[in-house]
Amino acid sequence: MMITPLPVNRDLILGSLSKGVRSDGRRLDEYRPIKFEFNVISKANGSASVRIGDTYVLVGVKAEIGKPFPDTPDEGVLIVNSEFVPLASPQFEAGPPDENSIELARVIDRGLRHGGAVDFKDLCIIPNEKVWILWVDIYVLDHGGDLFDATALASIAALMVTKIPVVVVEGSQIVVREEKRPLKIVDYPVSVTINKIGNYLLLDPTLEELELVEARLTMFTNSKGEICAVQKGLPGAFTYDEVMKSVELAKSKGRELRSILLESFNNWDKNVRGALNGV
Amino acid sequence: MSGKKRLIDENGLRVDGRRWNELRPLKIEVGILSNVDGSARIIQGKTHILVGVYGPRESFAKHVSLPDRSVVRCRYRMAPFSVEERKSPAPSRREIELSKVIREALEPAILVEEFPRTIIDIFIEVLEADGGTRCASITAASVALADAGIPMKDLVAACAVGKADGKLIVDLSDMEDKYGEADVPVAIMPNKNIITLLQMDGTLTSDEFNALLQLAMKGCKRIHEVQRKALKDGFGEIKNLVLEE
Amino acid sequence: MGEKVRSRSIVFPGDLIAEGSFRAGAYTYTEGNKIFSSVFGLCEIKNRVVNIIPLQGFYIPRVGDNVIGVIIDNSPTSWQVDINSPYIAVLQFSDALSKPVDVAREDIRRYLKSGDVILAEVIAFDKLRSPLLSIKGKDLGKLENGTLITFSPVKVPRLIGRRGSMINMIKKELSCKIIMGRNGRIWISSTDPQIVNLVRKIISLVEEESHLPGLTDKVKSLIVKERGNIDR
Repeated sequence: MMITPLPVNRDLILGSLSKGVRSDGRRLDEYRPIKFEFNVISKANGSASVRIGDTYVLVGVKAEIGKPFPDTPDEGVLIVNSEFVPLASPQFEAGPPDENSIELARVIDRGLRHGGAVDFKDLCIIPNEKVWILWVDIYVLDHGGDLFDATALASIAALMVTKIPVVVVEGSQIVVREEKRPLKIVDYPVSVTINKIGNYLLLDPTLEELELVEARLTMFTNSKGEICAVQKGLPGAFTYDEVMKSVELAKSKGRELRSILLESFNNWDKNVRGALNGV
Repeated sequence: MSGKKRLIDENGLRVDGRRWNELRPLKIEVGILSNVDGSARIIQGKTHILVGVYGPRESFAKHVSLPDRSVVRCRYRMAPFSVEERKSPAPSRREIELSKVIREALEPAILVEEFPRTIIDIFIEVLEADGGTRCASITAASVALADAGIPMKDLVAACAVGKADGKLIVDLSDMEDKYGEADVPVAIMPNKNIITLLQMDGTLTSDEFNALLQLAMKGCKRIHEVQRKALKDGFGEIKNLVLEE
Repeated sequence: MGEKVRSRSIVFPGDLIAEGSFRAGAYTYTEGNKIFSSVFGLCEIKNRVVNIIPLQGFYIPRVGDNVIGVIIDNSPTSWQVDINSPYIAVLQFSDALSKPVDVAREDIRRYLKSGDVILAEVIAFDKLRSPLLSIKGKDLGKLENGTLITFSPVKVPRLIGRRGSMINMIKKELSCKIIMGRNGRIWISSTDPQIVNLVRKIISLVEEESHLPGLTDKVKSLIVKERGNIDR
C-alpha cells in the first residue's frame, strides 16, 4: 500500500515538544526500549541484532584471511558494509546500496575504528602478508526512525561475540585450527544521534517525527568519554550552542547506552557459559 | 575412506539424526515487520528467512503495471553472513534464477486479476542458509501474502525431497543437498494438489522420481498445517467470535 | 453438497466453504458450484450467501464511502490523494472548489497542498480507473488542528460497532470530535498527546481484541481509567 511520507501530524508533534514531551509520551532525550540478541546467525563468526522500538537491525561479522593494507602491514582489516533491504521500508529501493546506506556504513566504520573497538594488531598473522579481514555486514530489517544508534550498538555487540579460528604459522605455512578464540575488544564505542526539529533536540525519533527532523548529528563516544566520530546529516543546520549541547547529550546518553550494552552482553554470556565461566 | 561423505548411517539415521521421512523443526511467525503490508519469518532447521510483502499498490512507474491484472515481483537475496564463505552482496545468477522460480511458484495461487494496475512486491532475505532456502522462501512468502490480506486460490507450501546414499529422503539439509545424488524441490497448492514448483538436480529412475514426488506432496501437506497454524497464532486467540454490522 | 464449514469459523485461502446452490460473496471464488475462501478470515453464511470477513487486509474503495485522505501532489486539473488503499485517488478541482480556477494564474496550493488531510466521499471507482473523490458535501473538506491515526481497515466495522455503538460511546466519553474514515483512518480534533495516546490505546485494544465479546465495555473502562490521569 502506498505510505505517504508527509508530516501530517505536525501540530501534534510540535505541540508536544513545546510541552517538553513527545507525542508518544517519552521525554526528548529518552530512547524506546532497547533489546539485544547475540549470536543469532550460526554461520557468521559473530552476530547481533538490536531493536529500538520498531527499529530492527542485524549485524553479521565474517572473518577471512587476506592481505593487509600497505600502510598498516601488521594490522588486520575492518570493512563495514550496509544493506537497506526493501522489506525494512517502502522508501528503500531494491538495488545496490544508495548514498544513505553507504553513509551509514562509513560512519559506523569511523566510529568503530577511532573508538578503538578492536585491537587490529591482534589480527595480524604474518606482517605484510596475511592478516584477518573482518567483514561487518549491516542489515537494516525494519526502519523505525533512528538507524545510526541501533546499528552502532549492533555492530559493537556483534564484534564482542565474534570468534575467529586460532592460526599457527609454521614456516611460511598458515595452519587454521578448529579451535576458535574471541577478538580482543579494547573499547565499546557507541553513537548518540541528536535530531533537530525547530529549536528542539531529541533522541530516537519515531518515523513520524523523523519526517520533521531538519538536521541530525551523530556522535560516537568511547568509554573514556572522548568523542571519536561525528557526522552531521540532512539539509538543516545547527547553532554552535546546539552542537555543544549535543556533545553533552552524546556523552551522558552514550554512557547509558554502553551500560545497557554491557549488561545485556553479560546476561547473555552468563546464560551461555553458565555461572562457572561467567564474566 | 571413499572420500565421499556418508549421509545415512547403519541405523538409517541422517547426519542431523533425522529419519528418512522426518521434517526439520519448523517455525513460522507472521506480522513481524512494521513497514510492510504482510510479513513472515521462517526457521526451518538452521535456515532462517524473513519475507516482506508490499501491495497491492499502484506503481508510479506506469510501464511496469498491466491494465488487466496485478504484476507480481519477487526478489530473493542472501545476506553476506548467511553462508560459510562470505557472499558478495551483489546479486548472483543463482539469486536471480531463484527469484524467478519462487515468483512463478506463488503466482498461480494469487488472484491477480482482482487488482488491475497494481504491483505486488515480495522481498525475501535469507539471513542464514542451511539447505532448502527456496522451499522455505515459498512457504514463508505465501504466509506473508496471506498476512497482507491478498486474495489467493490457496496457500503454497514447499518441500524439498531427494536421494542420498541410495535412499529417498524428505526435507534436505545443506549437506544432503550438496553431497546427495538428487535434490527435488517441489511446491504445491495443498487444497488443489497442483504443483507450482518442480526442479531437479541429479539422477533418478522414473520410479524413484514418482516416489519422490509423492513424498514431496505429503511433506508439503504437513508444512501447510504449520502455515495455517502460524496465521492463526499471529492473530492471537480466536474464540467466541463476534461479528457485527 | 451443503455447507462445508460452520458459519463464523476461521478459514484460510483455498478452504472449501460450500457446495451447491449458494451465492459467492466477498473474498470468495468459485469453481463450478463450489465456493472457496480467498483470504484468511471468518466465514459467514447467511441466507445462502457466503462472505468471508478478512482478518488482515486493505481498503478497497466503494462509492459512497467517506474516507480520510492525504494530499500527495497535484496535476493541472486535480489533486492526487493517498487513501490508504492500493489505488491512489483523484480529487478534481471541480469536485472541490465552488468556482473554476485558472491554474496558470492562481497557485492551487492555496486551497490544498501536499500533506493536507481531507474528509472526502468516494464518487466513482471501478479498479480500471483511479477512485474519484469529492469534498463537496456536508462536513466534507479539509481537516485542521487535529491528529491523523491510521490503522487496519478491516477493523473499521468493529470500531464503529453495532449501529455506531462503539464509536458513539468513544465520542461521548472523550470530549473531542472524532471522524472515522472507512479506509482505516481516524481524525481526532485534538493535538494533546495524552488524548491522542488514549485514542491510540483504544484502537490497539480494538485491533487486538476485535473478535472477542464485551469489547465496548472494556473500551469504556479503559477510557474511564485513563481519563483520570489526563490533566486538564
